[in-house]
Amino acid sequence: MPDLISLTNIKRYYDVGGEIVRALDGVDVKIKQNEYISIMGPSGSGKSTLMNMIGCLDTPTEGNYEFGGELVHEMDDDQLASIRNRKIGFVFQTFNLLPKATALRNVEVPLIYSNIPKEVRLEMANKALVSVGLGDRVDHKPNELSGGQRQRVAIARALVNNPSIILADEPTGNLDSKSGIEIMKILDELHSKGNTIILVTHEEDIANHANRIITIFDGRVKDDLINNNKMEVA
Amino acid sequence: MIRGSQLRSMLRESMRMTVEAIVQNKLRAILTLLGISIGVFSVIGVMTAIRTLETSIESGLNVFGTNTFLINKTPAIQFGPGSRSKYRNRKNIDYRQYELLKERAKLPILVSVVDSEQERSIRYKDKLVNKTVEISGGDENALRTLNTFVEDGRNLTQDDIQFSRNVCLLGGDVIDKLFPFEDPLGKVIQIKGLNYTVVGTIERKGELFGGSQDNFILIPITNYLQKFSDNRTSLGITVEAPSVEDYDKTQDEVIGIMRTIRKVPPEKENDFEVTSNTELLETFGAFTGGVKIFAFSVSVIALLVAGIGIMNIMLVSVTERIKEIGIRKAIGATRGHILTQFLTEAVFLSQFGGIVGVILGIAAGNLVAVVLNVSAVIPFDWAFYGLLVCSLIGIGFGSYPAWRAANLDPIESLRFE
Repeated sequence: MPDLISLTNIKRYYDVGGEIVRALDGVDVKIKQNEYISIMGPSGSGKSTLMNMIGCLDTPTEGNYEFGGELVHEMDDDQLASIRNRKIGFVFQTFNLLPKATALRNVEVPLIYSNIPKEVRLEMANKALVSVGLGDRVDHKPNELSGGQRQRVAIARALVNNPSIILADEPTGNLDSKSGIEIMKILDELHSKGNTIILVTHEEDIANHANRIITIFDGRVKDDLINNNKMEVA
Repeated sequence: MIRGSQLRSMLRESMRMTVEAIVQNKLRAILTLLGISIGVFSVIGVMTAIRTLETSIESGLNVFGTNTFLINKTPAIQFGPGSRSKYRNRKNIDYRQYELLKERAKLPILVSVVDSEQERSIRYKDKLVNKTVEISGGDENALRTLNTFVEDGRNLTQDDIQFSRNVCLLGGDVIDKLFPFEDPLGKVIQIKGLNYTVVGTIERKGELFGGSQDNFILIPITNYLQKFSDNRTSLGITVEAPSVEDYDKTQDEVIGIMRTIRKVPPEKENDFEVTSNTELLETFGAFTGGVKIFAFSVSVIALLVAGIGIMNIMLVSVTERIKEIGIRKAIGATRGHILTQFLTEAVFLSQFGGIVGVILGIAAGNLVAVVLNVSAVIPFDWAFYGLLVCSLIGIGFGSYPAWRAANLDPIESLRFE
């Protein structure tokens, strides 16, 4: 099976007041379809930069990034926006929902940007919300939902465009343990249905849901191991 | 490439987001609208008022009747500062000049004379007209030059004029006061203590600019000159040309004769004024032109200020929504999407303000019409320009904030709290 994602010698340097910060300094990672990967590392390790890179929010200073045959490192802003829209579903630690829009509306937004007709859009958004168990909360605004429910809206939004990967950045970081377990259960289910999932976390318990754990340190891949302690949510 | 249907749906979505954003920030939106509204209001208000005045003046100034012009010592209407001293030293136009002109001029079909004074004490038996009435001295053609007719009884005759008889014709307002229940014909009224026999009544003309045109008494000019004039009296002569074609020729002839009568040396200007409907309209046009330019300047400044207001509010709006912009970009909004969203918001804001301004402006302009008792006019062209300018302001002043929003870095924006 060909690689879905192929990062080759990725470097990302920042110029901070004349000093060059090497956030990523030669990263090689290949990801195949339907993998379940955790990216771990202490803060400042370059973990977030790698996530932004994989999520096509950022482009490398040096190196090649291929995503499903497309050369991401050569893309301009609008092409990046388009690939994010079509191929990537984001789940953030702080949910990042539009605060004044209903759950349905939040899930609908990515479809607006891919020019899907309104009727189709509403149906797809509804279906995505039902699939995360929020069929009865479509008209609620984020402040009328619990943390766990908000994150489920975010997952529905990530799913709705049938993306190639779901990129979850500390998805349980702002949740109580019970809600956290629920969210991880949903992600596990999505993986078992064939989705590719990339988890960014510094919590071992969470990372252990994945089949493969990549550890980043000082802007380089320190370890890239198959997870032998895989944890299943009962 | 963006297809037409995509653009439409993008605009529709932008509209929806705009309405959401405005509803969520009502007070701020209203304050922004206010600036635009005032700018548009001032220009539409003034334009409606002027258009209304113009329309009614064009019909109202036809008091002279067609093919008619006026000869006076001083201009009939003066707007703005004029040198009164220029006219003060001119000789008065007296009755003899009128007689000579009438005798010598061949082309006019009618040469008439009129002058008037305000008079207070007019009574019939115990009834007193307790307001000023215009006493007009005229000849047998005076009514015609005033565009009205004898309603009942008879007109002044040449004999009345020749023998300076104490007879009069009454305007509608005077009849209302003195003869509410009686037939005025043949009755004797007192003007300044002198007895005048009513020989006729005058058809009503109604109001012009809120003033009655029927509050007057017509007496023979000769009689008027004896009883009511003083050494300041200068008569107004009305001349009617036989047709439009002969109008200029008639005017030339009359001016030539007047110069001879008044012994104006050939190298000197006329020492009298010739006024026609056209000239009155021109004078009025020059006046309204000034007002228009003023209103226009005020509006330009107001709209400029409003535009800066829009820009300011849009910049605030962008800053407040950095996080939202980051989210939207992360889930696939292109720069075009964000740009369209914020531009739509700016245009919508200014357009909405513009519509409010147009409505208020037309209402205020028409209020002038109601006060002056003339028919109202809606300046559709100015309303259209106003709204067009609003769109341009929205685009012009909304561009920079929208551009800034569109070019925000998604990672930075997502991190923004």
